Amino acid sequence: MTTLWKKYEQNKLAQGIFLLIYIGVTSLSLFTAQKSVTAFLLLLASLLLLYFTKFTNLTKWLLAGFVLVFLLPFTASNGDAYQSYMEVSTLVGIYIAMALGLNIVVGMAGLLDLGFVAFFAVGAYTYGIFATAQASNFMPFGTFPLSGESFWLFIIIGGLVAALFGILLGIPVLRVKGDYLAIVTLGFGEIIRIIFNNLDRPINITNGAMGISSVTPPRLFGIDFLYPSQFYYIVLVLLFFTIFTVRRFEHSKIGRSWKAVRENEIAAQAMGVPLVRTKLMAFAIGATFSGMMGVVFAAKQAFVDPTSFTLLESITILVMVVLGGMGSVPGVILGAAVMTILNLQVLTEMTNWLNQLSLSGIISIPYALSPAKMQRFIFGALLILFALYRPKGLLPAKNRIFIEKDLQGVNRKAKLVTTQEQSENEKL
Amino acid sequence: MSILEVRNLTKKFGGLTANQDVSMTVEKNSITAVIGPNGAGKTTFFNMITGIYQPSSGIILLENEKINGLKPHDVSKKGISRTFQNIRLFNEMSVLENVLVGMHTHLKAGLMGILLNLPAIRKEEKASEMNAYNLLEYVGLAHLLNEKACNLSYGAQRRLEIARALAANPKVLLLDEPAAGMNPKETKNLTQLIQSMKHEFNLTVILIEHDMKLVMEISEHIVVLDHGEKIAEGKPENIRNNPKVIEAYLGSGAIQTG
Repeated sequence: MTTLWKKYEQNKLAQGIFLLIYIGVTSLSLFTAQKSVTAFLLLLASLLLLYFTKFTNLTKWLLAGFVLVFLLPFTASNGDAYQSYMEVSTLVGIYIAMALGLNIVVGMAGLLDLGFVAFFAVGAYTYGIFATAQASNFMPFGTFPLSGESFWLFIIIGGLVAALFGILLGIPVLRVKGDYLAIVTLGFGEIIRIIFNNLDRPINITNGAMGISSVTPPRLFGIDFLYPSQFYYIVLVLLFFTIFTVRRFEHSKIGRSWKAVRENEIAAQAMGVPLVRTKLMAFAIGATFSGMMGVVFAAKQAFVDPTSFTLLESITILVMVVLGGMGSVPGVILGAAVMTILNLQVLTEMTNWLNQLSLSGIISIPYALSPAKMQRFIFGALLILFALYRPKGLLPAKNRIFIEKDLQGVNRKAKLVTTQEQSENEKL
Repeated sequence: MSILEVRNLTKKFGGLTANQDVSMTVEKNSITAVIGPNGAGKTTFFNMITGIYQPSSGIILLENEKINGLKPHDVSKKGISRTFQNIRLFNEMSVLENVLVGMHTHLKAGLMGILLNLPAIRKEEKASEMNAYNLLEYVGLAHLLNEKACNLSYGAQRRLEIARALAANPKVLLLDEPAAGMNPKETKNLTQLIQSMKHEFNLTVILIEHDMKLVMEISEHIVVLDHGEKIAEGKPENIRNNPKVIEAYLGSGAIQTG
């Protein structure tokens, strides 16, 4: 059995065939079944399978793109549950982008931020205020709500405003370290939410606890974006952009200086890494993705109110990062997907199933114990299990592997110590 | 010609004076050792030069330019690099990445350049990787390039710190107890390494060290600190016989009994 597995691990063709069969079967069952969450989840899981194949990166990206852009929406579109599938996928995308943003701050730069959802709120309110009549309460010029076409511009504006907030929050907050930073960011996260909650007086900017409703839907070439199946594509594009950007930063001068600051601040400084600027950059870039997704969220829900941005949200995103693997991009993507799906699909499905069982009188489960109510309990249990058995997350962060041959051949300084002599007791 | 000049450097931590009026001049392309018993204020002295501590009073001049008051990363930019007494590597990063961080100040890549992956940035990145590898070859760690820094042996970690410090292409290199915890063979290799890199990289080296054999062998100039004050300064042979130095190390009884 193990030899067979080893052979499979090495054999690209076998992997390809297996993957194709898997995708074929799951997408076919999703297409034919009227409502099958299992098939939907299994089709999504094909991406994980794809990640573990030995294909080149380009092939993986193309295949993943094909599954996400065509296959998933197409096969899901045949049933009644189409919009609810797309709703889940859209939310998964939004959470992945946010988790990737938080991963920069927590995973790479090592700054524990417990108020990350504040930047999401900033993005959401930026669009919410200007895409409703709300803005006319304080803007001396212009007519509001802005048209749906402005949404595309607001994705960028939302990102920038969130980045600005990241810097403004960062300047005072980054004077403290470690646990203290966590507490201060937690405080700031709550402050932002409470400000939004109370900013209906003296000038009504956010409409307070009532929230901002009927946000103008995005519009492109005369088509209004109203359904999750449409927002799915916006999120997909932004998500690809996010992953692409994070990947670029990760293996650049900036990514290295984030990690250096995380590993040892004093040494990083002594090597010429400016501490404050590097940390602020992590805050700002992380916040940008969150802000952009906030804009999308506001447009998708067509409603923004402070209750969407509670501490629990911040903690959920943090759990995604920790669960997936701090500092690991694929890990965080998986972590965010697992958490969101668990939350939105698995728990609600289980609740429905149990409700049916109790309706038909087989078992009786008290309402308070329904799985959907146990979200926090399940988060906590998961975290404890992971801390015990997989402290580095589902897919732990890996360093980039450099190929020795590619780096050889500079005009060499004379080698001082022979490698032979050295290698005796180098490694522990 | 002097490259680094320190005038009346004093550092007080509340009521404790860690350094009192320390002055010294370091010649370009020389190896200077700072020695003294534990708690003499040697590391504090290094920390002031590298900007980690701000001196209470006094002046530090690098090539006749005042550098005290600068932040550590600016000092590094001016051309002073260092290693640490208690090894401070970036443990979870690979050996090569550690050296790459050392090149931080020399990389021009900006936010947009990285995002767009401009050809100039790619070229710079590739060149820095090759240089980093070259430095690893130089200190004899090239075959471990993808290993995590925390997995290296003690001696190898010390050499990696040196490679990382060299990557900044410094004018002055400060080594804080580079031979601490090394066996005699490793110390011998280190001695050779320090001497060789002085020539190869056109460096000025200042080191703190307790291993007197190493100090006497390689340093051209020795400064002795005790209780935060400079008690002696000069060539190795003079320091060896200086009664004040012997007293500081062995106590006042040592001189009388011979």
